[in-house]
Amino acid sequence: MAPLLELTDLRTEIKLREGVVHAVDGVSLSVDPGETLAIVGESGCGKTMTALSIMRLLPPGGQIAGGSIKLNGQEISTLSEDELRNIRGNEIGMIFQDPLTSLNPTMTIGNQIAEAVLLHRDVSKEQAMERAVEVLDLVGIPRVRERIKEYPHQFSGGMRQRVMIAMALACEPKLLIADEPTTALDVTIQKQILELIDDLRRRLGMAVILVTHDLGVVAGQADRVAVMYAGKIAEVTDTTTLFSHPRHPYTEALFQALPDKAADAGDRLYSIPGIPPDLVNPPVGCRFAARCRYATDKCREEEPQLIGEVAGHEFRCFYPVGPSERSEKGRIAAYDTSLGEAPPAGPGIGDVLVDLDRLVKDYPVTRGAVLQRRVGWLSAVSDVSFKIRSGETFGLVGESGCGKTTIGKLVVGLEKLTGGVIRFDGKDLAKSSAREYRKERRKIQLMFQDSYASLDPRMRAGALLREPLVIQHIGSRQEQHERVAEMLDKVGLPRTAAERYPHEFSGGQRQRLGFARALMLNPQLIVADEPVSALDVSIQAQVLNMMKELQRQFGLTYMFISHDLGVIRYLSDRIGVMYLGKLVEIGPAEEVYLRPAHPYTRGLLDSAPVADPAQERAKVTEGVRGELPSAIHPPSGCRFRTRCPLAQEICAEVEPPMTPFAGEGHFAACHFPLQAAVGSPVTVASEQAALS
Amino acid sequence: MAIPHTEMSGAVVTEAAPTAPGGGQISAKPRSLLRRGWEVFAESKLALAGSGFVIFIVLFCWVGPHIYVTQQVSTPIENAYCTPGGAHLLGCDNLGYDTLGRLMVAGQNSLTVGLLAAAVACTFGAIYGAASGFIGGLVDSLMMRIVDAVLSIPYTLVIIVLVVIVHPSTLTMIGFIALIYWPQPARLVRGETLSLRTREYVQAVKVAGGGRSRAMFRHIMPNAIGVIIVQATFAVADSILILSLLGFLGFGLPPPTTDWGSMLSQGLNFINLGYWWLIYPAGLLIIMTCVSFNFIGDALRDAVESRLHRR
Repeated sequence: MAPLLELTDLRTEIKLREGVVHAVDGVSLSVDPGETLAIVGESGCGKTMTALSIMRLLPPGGQIAGGSIKLNGQEISTLSEDELRNIRGNEIGMIFQDPLTSLNPTMTIGNQIAEAVLLHRDVSKEQAMERAVEVLDLVGIPRVRERIKEYPHQFSGGMRQRVMIAMALACEPKLLIADEPTTALDVTIQKQILELIDDLRRRLGMAVILVTHDLGVVAGQADRVAVMYAGKIAEVTDTTTLFSHPRHPYTEALFQALPDKAADAGDRLYSIPGIPPDLVNPPVGCRFAARCRYATDKCREEEPQLIGEVAGHEFRCFYPVGPSERSEKGRIAAYDTSLGEAPPAGPGIGDVLVDLDRLVKDYPVTRGAVLQRRVGWLSAVSDVSFKIRSGETFGLVGESGCGKTTIGKLVVGLEKLTGGVIRFDGKDLAKSSAREYRKERRKIQLMFQDSYASLDPRMRAGALLREPLVIQHIGSRQEQHERVAEMLDKVGLPRTAAERYPHEFSGGQRQRLGFARALMLNPQLIVADEPVSALDVSIQAQVLNMMKELQRQFGLTYMFISHDLGVIRYLSDRIGVMYLGKLVEIGPAEEVYLRPAHPYTRGLLDSAPVADPAQERAKVTEGVRGELPSAIHPPSGCRFRTRCPLAQEICAEVEPPMTPFAGEGHFAACHFPLQAAVGSPVTVASEQAALS
Repeated sequence: MAIPHTEMSGAVVTEAAPTAPGGGQISAKPRSLLRRGWEVFAESKLALAGSGFVIFIVLFCWVGPHIYVTQQVSTPIENAYCTPGGAHLLGCDNLGYDTLGRLMVAGQNSLTVGLLAAAVACTFGAIYGAASGFIGGLVDSLMMRIVDAVLSIPYTLVIIVLVVIVHPSTLTMIGFIALIYWPQPARLVRGETLSLRTREYVQAVKVAGGGRSRAMFRHIMPNAIGVIIVQATFAVADSILILSLLGFLGFGLPPPTTDWGSMLSQGLNFINLGYWWLIYPAGLLIIMTCVSFNFIGDALRDAVESRLHRR
């Protein structure tokens, strides 16, 4: 079969002030009709640039410097802009990461799709609108005829991505390029969108290029996978082979860095040392050599070619790893010296440190610019109680909008409680005096999600780290500087980093800096809000290892907030699952993962993509249907009932109480749990004692 | 705030950098902040030209009169309307003042008023705007309504009334212009503050137990500095123009003192008689000074932006 799309030695360059970035450097790929090819790699590896080069939608300063792009045998890299316009949107459709910025907010959905049709087809306005209705129906938008007159902001994130897909499909392209199509979406919606793309691919017989960083997504969707590193293809083969027998050390390392691959929470993750090379002056030899554990002098001097021992499996390495080596655990430990030898275990889990008692947080919904009339309440957190013991890691998981971040903010005191009590070390912080409160503040620190936004761009790292000490009047100037240097050592940054500005660090280094700042005041509890969500897998592993290590050293207690089930499972001792402001399930990590009692937990677990093709494809459940309801008018009774496959009448009438299940401290709030309860529901009075 | 350089020995640099698990080379001796800022500034050729012109004009106004000595108090009326050349390089005006010499004296006033009025207006306006945006809520609404009220009064009218009440001098002019100009930086800085105060690094101060004033003066103001600087350079240009306008209307500095605007307005009376030396030189100086300050402002904004600095 002749390939639909064929890239040969494609080179794309971007001219910047500092020099020329060789973003794509000799990529050869082919896509057959009807197949899904995934391009996977870390940020900056050139995967998006490869996709954009095909459409020639390069950023300013970007240009195709060499190689050929053939679509159905026709060379398209040399076509004029005008000729290319006939191909864009017509033969090749594209979906982008952020569906909000990709849609024009001042045009109705129907008009935007009709516009795409009118550009490529000789049809009337009415016919174009008809086509818009057809494709919107195809992507599963309910009540299309009504919604076609609505604007993008009236659609939810998942629905917007469906609209984007509809727009890309309006002219029946033969190839669909999806650039991180689900990265901005929640797992439950991600599953729906990925299934939609796959379903459409089969029904319309088009080929799909899926650009992603998520190995889980690749495992479930792709027929073939190309792993990219530093502008080059490191390895390309079919999905099953790649996951079972990776040959390139980079691919192997990527798999080992995944938290869900760690057997249990005690294991250290393999982290790829260092960061990807600068593509302005790419290194000679193998580009991965500097971070590769098998590299020899040959790798640093000579560049390996993309070769294959078996047909359909090519890789760029002199010393490919064999299938047997992946299971060798000792190897991982031996090569991971980033944080030194593992010291003896820390103080372990002790008494209750934080006690959240029936927390409620409502935000007023107001209308009017000056006289802000209150028109309702948004229920962000509703009656949530749990305790965290000192030395443990408590993971809080849920989709965006479930209230997990709000709880984190309540605990660190960035938001005021509407109701309930937070006791820290037995003391109610809200009742303490201002002076006392300021002192207590030291003991609870926050680690932000976006380290770039949370570090003042105009302050040097040293000043940033010193600031908490200056605020709290701790130590002399000299002592403060010493403490800064000590903390930089602890988080694995060189002392010279104190002189640098935040923008001069890489993402992982900035997150280390953010962590160091949280540690400056010797806190007991650290609330970590999605601390690794913005990082690549290999860097994520470095940060997670560091967090585990320092927890042991300082006897820290973590409240770890994340939407990523793999990360939460790896790090946490206990887990709380939240849905729309409610805690629906709580219990020991393994218990909740292996034997979830609440249907929502089950659905969440099913939705999360696992980096294992066999497991991923064997999934038969549909995850969680529908979308998150509004928190301004939350559903009565059980808030999950609108999306629950087991819901009955009682769910709408009575709010389910927390009920104990097998396993210590395992509770869930459900009328129809997935396993038999082992005790009677927890009443309000006994709740305090039980939920510990 | 910076940590003394003595703390980092060369040995630490070379040892620590390769083992940094975060990767990336964090080495090389950092250069001073000023030097790196200057590098960014010097990248803009326009800014260099602008700085050159400003230096020239300052020398022209303050050193010039000592070299090119002219009579600027009593009026030798017999020189009226003399053409450029000979003893009077740029001719004389209708009262017999030497034009070139008069440009120097007028420039002293224009520049003093321009720079000081801009400085006063922007300092006050920036603090006012930052406070308004940072406190927010009802206080913000109230403070901004005051700004709207000041902006809604036609400023020429206000100044004309003030000039009638208070005898105009360089000092009072600075006060008047600052009085009508401060709402503009206030509004800009408030807008910037509104977006800055929700940034996570401002929240981080709160988490560490820091107060509002630290958040405002340490984190919000320095990050709004780019906006303030650009506004300040516009303010210099605008102040010179406002002074010119008042001179044009006849409410400027009283004779024998003068400024570029007054000279221009007087010269315009003779536009049909071909006395070009009474119009072009003053007009050109106003335009070039304003443009120079704008160029400098643009480059300064980049220079204080640490993200654009090179190692």
